[in-house]
Amino acid sequence: MTYQPELLATAASLEELERLASAGADAFVAGDARFGVRLAGHFDADGMKAAVSLAHAQGKKLYAAANNLIHNDSLEALQRHLAFLSEIGVDAIVFGDPAVLMAARRHAPDVTLHWNAEMTSTNYATAEYWRRRGASRFVLARELNMEQIEEIRAATDMELQVQVHGMTNIYHSKRKLVGSYLDHLHGDGNSEATRGGMHLTEQERPGERYPIFEDASGTHIMSSDDICMLENLHELLGIGVNSLKIEGMLKPIEYNEIVVRAYRQAIDAYMANPEGYVFREEWLEPIREAQDPDRELSYGFFYKEQVY
Amino acid sequence: MSTTVRTAPRFKGKRYRLDKPELLAPAGNLEKLKFAVHYGADAVYIGGRQYGLRSNADNFSFEEMKEGVEFAARYGAKVFVATNIYAHNEDIAGLEHYLRSLEEAGIAAIIAADPVIIETAQRVAPKLEVHLSTQQSTVNWQAVQFWKEEGLPRVVLGRETSFEEIAEIKRHVDIEIEAFIHGAMCSSYSGRCVLSNHFTDRDSNRGGCCQSCRWKYDLFVDDAPAAGQDEDQFTMGSKDLCMIEYLPELIEVGVDSFKIEGRMKSVHYVATVVNAYRQAIDAYFADPEGYELKREWVEEIYKAANRPLNTGFFLDVPGAEDHIYGPEEKAAPYDFAAVVLDYDDRTGFATLQQRNHFKLGQEVEFVGPGGTFFKQTVTELTDAEGEALEAARHPMQHVRLRTLKPVRPMDMMRKKMR
Repeated sequence: MTYQPELLATAASLEELERLASAGADAFVAGDARFGVRLAGHFDADGMKAAVSLAHAQGKKLYAAANNLIHNDSLEALQRHLAFLSEIGVDAIVFGDPAVLMAARRHAPDVTLHWNAEMTSTNYATAEYWRRRGASRFVLARELNMEQIEEIRAATDMELQVQVHGMTNIYHSKRKLVGSYLDHLHGDGNSEATRGGMHLTEQERPGERYPIFEDASGTHIMSSDDICMLENLHELLGIGVNSLKIEGMLKPIEYNEIVVRAYRQAIDAYMANPEGYVFREEWLEPIREAQDPDRELSYGFFYKEQVY
Repeated sequence: MSTTVRTAPRFKGKRYRLDKPELLAPAGNLEKLKFAVHYGADAVYIGGRQYGLRSNADNFSFEEMKEGVEFAARYGAKVFVATNIYAHNEDIAGLEHYLRSLEEAGIAAIIAADPVIIETAQRVAPKLEVHLSTQQSTVNWQAVQFWKEEGLPRVVLGRETSFEEIAEIKRHVDIEIEAFIHGAMCSSYSGRCVLSNHFTDRDSNRGGCCQSCRWKYDLFVDDAPAAGQDEDQFTMGSKDLCMIEYLPELIEVGVDSFKIEGRMKSVHYVATVVNAYRQAIDAYFADPEGYELKREWVEEIYKAANRPLNTGFFLDVPGAEDHIYGPEEKAAPYDFAAVVLDYDDRTGFATLQQRNHFKLGQEVEFVGPGGTFFKQTVTELTDAEGEALEAARHPMQHVRLRTLKPVRPMDMMRKKMR
């Protein structure tokens, strides 16, 4: 099989899906906020149906996010939801709780599964474990470096997905931490807690702004920088990473459009001539211009060594 | 507890159990293991030199594990080893050897989160039970069913589960359920936090956690600070869990193992907390109908507490009162002063090993397993040779003290801080 990397984007709405498809994304992650978590936007049943049709009409794929940690009270609705996803023909279900696997075996047995537990997907043997239990794709933790990604590639035939652009989740609590804190300050936190536009700073790191938001799944804290691997995309392509993900949550459509277009150009140039590929600064320039000046573009953990 | 209002639990099982739940205690080193078992733990969990999440604890060599297993066996207690990291590729070599060595050392179970560790243990060390770690954040019965079908005899639930959720899990799946009942808690879903990785390049899921959730932060709403200059800063830090007041509910809901957190905690902490829960569990099983919470158990727990206490997610999702804003409250009002090594009934003198400075005239109290308890003043104190002392100044120094009542080896002496 020839290597054909996928450029994967998120979509907050049908409009975004359409625009990012035109900009060059090959596939999309979208989901219902009852089962998916940290979604760019919420798609109800009609929305999911329309998203699948829209994607398929253009030869694109639509992956349904059901990646939340599930509590008992959602299990019944989960079964119905997975059956529904199967019925409307999503191209995969993305999950990180074994309950979804259990329900999919019975209610969506023919749908492809992608294992995505975010920070805990850290080695090749665990990838293989989930492959043997039915997942065909392993979504790698963003805290892995290039060498580790290469080792995982060498050790498994599973599809590998790596995030190449955007913010990452660094903390998820079931606690309502924003509401609790606002309650502590003024005693009326809960009405304000779920609005957007909030961030944290830590006193030793004054320039770093960590987005924080609260929803039905609890509190989420996001990275203060945006990964940008455009300059070194050929390394991931050279390794044979199957899916390169652009995380577009909390970003305007215009920004995501620019980003998708840039990565599309780089992938196409590489695939046309891997040996002669040269990164071109002009692909990155529009991203730099559109980038929120408070959020640094970084290489994430790709070139880091961590200790413990 | 003075700080919590005891509300009637919404769940009421009232199915009396014949089998006692296991009381499972942390042990950061061999001495702590011995105290935990001596004070009534049915099982202890420890860390080895690899694959555990407390890379800063002193942790056990295989030799120490063997000694711990032998000691515990004398009390009919078991030893578990936490192998609860999320492994990276480079951690996989050596895993088989490590797990076989645990099996050889007589370890009863490992506590694991990463499938590579679970599967490798099942393959190479079949005598080791595999318990699913709380790091997997398992909070629903379908996921519990999954792990049961994978051959695991026990699941440690995520700390986000309520009484009602635990009851439902027990109704659906016949498997041992272990739940944290006491100690410090991750404020995130366990395993779903990489704050340390981002702030300090330390991998939290391999033992590098630097407790960033307890740091102070500023919250901004549309670029404006949420708090005024003099107001408390934002934090994710939680109060510690304490379920001593809800022991009958924990028993009746069917939790099979009651887990106390704290491999980094002191001998005094572990022994004191175990002692209180041991007495409460035994009292319940001696007479379920007539069971009453004793004030002294709660008081004992407060003497070891490091932080304010609460009931976690058991009753409801925590709110403002469950987090620690502003400066952390003072530590426990009592301090560990000495361990009893021996007692001479003829002279009424105990031989003590000093653990913290104490002196003549100071008020101290003696505590032992099963509710042994008395207070006295330090009056007659000598060194090991019988020379009179003003104070026990040197760490681990052996001294002799006349005690008001007979004491036994491994009883503890504590002093009041203020």
